Amino acid sequence: MSKTITLDGKTIPFEDGQTIMQAATAAGVYIPHLCHHPEFTPHGSCKLCTVKVNGRNCSACTFPAAEGQDVLNNTQELTDDRKKITQMLFVEGNHFCPSCEKSGNCQLQAVAYHLNMLDDHFPLFYPHREMDASHPDVLIDHNRCIFCTLCVRASREHDGKDVFAISGRGINKHLIVNSESGQLKDTDLDMHDKAAHICPTGAILIKRTGYQVPIGQRIYDHHEIDEVSLLTEQHHGE
Amino acid sequence: MKPFIQDLAAQHGHQATHLLAMLRAVQARFHYIPEQAIGQLAGLLSIPRTQIIGVAEFYSFFHLQPRGQYELLVSDSVTDHMLGKHQLMGYLAEKLKVTVGGVRGDGMVSLDNTSCTGLCDQGPAGLVNGRALTRLDVTKIDLIAGLIDQQKPLEQWPAELFQVADNIYQPGLLLGQPIAYGSALEATFKRGLQETLAEITQSGLRGRGGAGYTTGWKWHLCYEGPEEDAFCDIDAQKKPQRYVICNADEGEPGTFKDRVLLNRYADQVFEGMTVCASIIGAEQGFLYLRGEYLFLYDKLQTVLQQRRDAGLLGTNILGQGFDFDIEICLGAGAYICGEESALIESLEGKMGIPRNRPPYPVTQGYLGKPTVVNNVETFLAAAAIAVHGGGWFSGIGTEKSKGTKILSISGDCARPGIYEYPFGTTIQTILDGCGADDVLGVQIGGPSGTFISNQEFHRKLAFEDLATGGSFIIFNNSRNILDIVNNFTHFFAHESCGFCTPCRVGTSLLKKQLDKIVEGHGSAGDVVALEELCRLVKNHSHCGLGQTAANPIITTLERYPELYQAQLKKISYEPGFDLDAALETARRMANRNDAAAHLAQVGEDHE
Repeated sequence: MSKTITLDGKTIPFEDGQTIMQAATAAGVYIPHLCHHPEFTPHGSCKLCTVKVNGRNCSACTFPAAEGQDVLNNTQELTDDRKKITQMLFVEGNHFCPSCEKSGNCQLQAVAYHLNMLDDHFPLFYPHREMDASHPDVLIDHNRCIFCTLCVRASREHDGKDVFAISGRGINKHLIVNSESGQLKDTDLDMHDKAAHICPTGAILIKRTGYQVPIGQRIYDHHEIDEVSLLTEQHHGE
Repeated sequence: MKPFIQDLAAQHGHQATHLLAMLRAVQARFHYIPEQAIGQLAGLLSIPRTQIIGVAEFYSFFHLQPRGQYELLVSDSVTDHMLGKHQLMGYLAEKLKVTVGGVRGDGMVSLDNTSCTGLCDQGPAGLVNGRALTRLDVTKIDLIAGLIDQQKPLEQWPAELFQVADNIYQPGLLLGQPIAYGSALEATFKRGLQETLAEITQSGLRGRGGAGYTTGWKWHLCYEGPEEDAFCDIDAQKKPQRYVICNADEGEPGTFKDRVLLNRYADQVFEGMTVCASIIGAEQGFLYLRGEYLFLYDKLQTVLQQRRDAGLLGTNILGQGFDFDIEICLGAGAYICGEESALIESLEGKMGIPRNRPPYPVTQGYLGKPTVVNNVETFLAAAAIAVHGGGWFSGIGTEKSKGTKILSISGDCARPGIYEYPFGTTIQTILDGCGADDVLGVQIGGPSGTFISNQEFHRKLAFEDLATGGSFIIFNNSRNILDIVNNFTHFFAHESCGFCTPCRVGTSLLKKQLDKIVEGHGSAGDVVALEELCRLVKNHSHCGLGQTAANPIITTLERYPELYQAQLKKISYEPGFDLDAALETARRMANRNDAAAHLAQVGEDHE
C-alpha cells in the first residue's frame, strides 16, 4: 500500500521524497506555477503554486508530501489569490502582450488567462529596464523578466555554465549575466543552450524566430496551460 | 589594487564563504567595489563574478559606484525622526554641501539614510565609514563638517562623537547577576551534557529573537537528527559536523538590547554558545554581528582571545577533550539576515535570501550541516540556566513564557534604555518604570510586531499575549499614527529581499497604496484595497519579513479605522496621482508657469 495525501478531497499516492507538486502532477492534477520546472531544483519564489496544507499556506513545488496531508488546491480563495499574485508580476514589469513576440507561447500570459485575469488590478510600476541585444542569436528584454531564475538554474544545472544570475534586492532585483562587460555577447551562452530556451515569458528570446509560428497558431492559442503543463511535465522522468 | 586584493583573498584562505568580509574590506579601502576587484576576486575565489555583483548589490553597505571618502549615513528609524532627524538631515546636507543619496563633487563625502542602527535610546544616530555616531545635534554636525573639511582621519575624531552608552535602567534575573567566568561550562561538565540539556528544556526557555521556539527542543533536534546529515564528505575521519550560530543581526527597528549584552555580557553569551556546542557536539561557532555594530568588533575579539587563553575556548576546553571556537562575522546592512536561514546564506558568502523550509537549519543549516541558531539573549539565558538549573528560571514568568525578557525601550519616555522584566508584567508597569506619560500607544516588537493603543496597557508581556523580540517604542499624544505607519511600511519595502512575488511586489504596493491615502489622494474603496493587499502579503509571503510587513497597517487599521477614513476624499472618484505634479515636465518643456499651466485636482470643486 503506497502512501497517500488528500488533494481537494481526492486521495492521491506519493512516493517518499516527492513534493506536493510532483505528486499532484503524477496524479494528473495541475497546480499553477511559473518558477517551477520538473527538470530543475525547485525554487519556490513565484508563489503561484501556493496550496493549503492542513490549513497552512505552502509552496507545492518545494513542500514535501507526507502521509495524511490534507491539501487544498483548486479553491476559489486560492484561485483569487493566485490571480492577484499574477497581477503583481504584470505590474512590476512592462508586459505588453500585443507587442510581444512571445504572445501565445508565454506561460505568464497563459497562467493569467487560466486564472481569468482581466485587468492589472494594481497600479503599474512602469520601471525603466534595458534590453540587451548584443548577442548574435539571443536577446534579453529585461522588461519581461519575472525573476523565476529558470535561466539561472538551466545554465548551471543543465548547461554546466553560469551565464545568468539574479542580483539586487527587493523591487530592484534584476537579471545579470556573467561577463566583464555585463553584456550577453561576452558570456559563453550558446543559442542551443537550455538556458536560452527556458524563459517562461518573453525576457529571453532567440533572434529571428519570433514570428515563424504566426499568432493564432501558438501553443496557448489553442490549449489551456493546465493541459499543456500536465502533458509535458507528467512524462518527465519516465 | 591588485596586491591588496591578493593579500585580502589570501588572508581569508581563498574561501568564498568569507566574501562579505572581503567586500567589507574592499568597500572600506576604496569606498566602493571596483570592477577590477570583482574580476580579481572571482578568479581568486573560483566563483562566478555574478555572485560577487549579486552580494554587492544586495547589502546596503556595499556600492558599485564610488561613495565619499567619508561615507555618512543617518538612521531613518522612527525614533530618530521623533528626535528631529528630518531637520538635522537637512542641516547636514546644507553644511556638507551634499545631497541626500549623493556624493559631493570633490568625492570627499557622501550622505544617505540607513535603516535603524540600534541606537534608538541615544539618537539621532548615524554611521561614518561604519562607525556609530550618537546623539547627533547641530553642534556635533558643525564639528563633523569641520573634521571632514580638514580631512581628519576617523582615528583623530574626538571620542565623544562615538560614545555609546549602555543605559541599563532595570536589571533583573539575568542582568542583575551575571554568571562567574567559566561557571556555566564547569557546571555543565559536572552535571553531565544530557543532564544540562534536560535543565535547559525544563527551564522552559524559548528563543528570544521573537519566534519563541523552545530552546532545549531545538538543541535536542540538532543533536538527535540523523547522523548522516552531520557527516562531512570531505572529512576522511567521517566526524559529524555541527554548528552553533549566535544571531546578533539585531535589525528590528527599536531594538538594541543585543548591542548592550555584547558590550557588557559578551563572556556569558559566548559561554552560552560553548555550552550549546558541548551538548550538540559542535566544533565551530559563529557570531553573526550586524554591520552597524562594527564598533564592538575589536572588543569582542579580545574577549574571545581571553577565553582561549583561559582554556574556555579552543582546544581541549577545561581539559574535557572538547574543542570549540567562535568566529565573528560582520553583516553589511540587510534586515533580512536576522531571519535564520538568510543569516546562514549570508555566512556562506551569499545574498541573504531565506531558504525553503523544510529542511530546517537544525538538520541542514550552515554548509548543509545541522546548525543551532539562537539569539544573543537566548545564549545569555542558557548560560545562566546551566549554572542555576531549570527551576531557577521557570519559577518566574507565566505558564507559556518562562523567565524574563530584556527590553529595548525608546521613544517618548524619560529614561530610554534597557529594562529586564519577568514575563507577565503589564505594559502599564513598564511604562511607569521608564517614565512615560501622556502615551498614545506603544509599538511592541518593532514594526513587525503590534501597535497597541492606550486602552490596552493592562495587557501583558508574554508569548501568549504580546510577544516581542525586545523592541518597545513609546509614542505620546503629539505623534501622528499615519506618519509612524508610513515609516514602517517604507522600511519593509526597502528591506524586502525580493525573492518571492508577494513580498517583493507587495511591500512596494503597500507603500504606494499607503502613500496615496496619506497624501490625500485616496477615495472610497482605497482602504478596502489596502486591507486586501495586507492580507495577500501576509498570507503568501515566503518568510517572516513579508508575513509581518503589513502588521503596522493591519494593527493600526484595526484600532484607528477613522484615521484612515478621514484621509479619504469625500468624492466617489479621485485620480490616483497628483494631476498638477504630472504636468511639471510639460511646464518645464514649454517654459511656462502661469495660472493656465496648472490644473486643479479633479473633483475638488465638489467637496
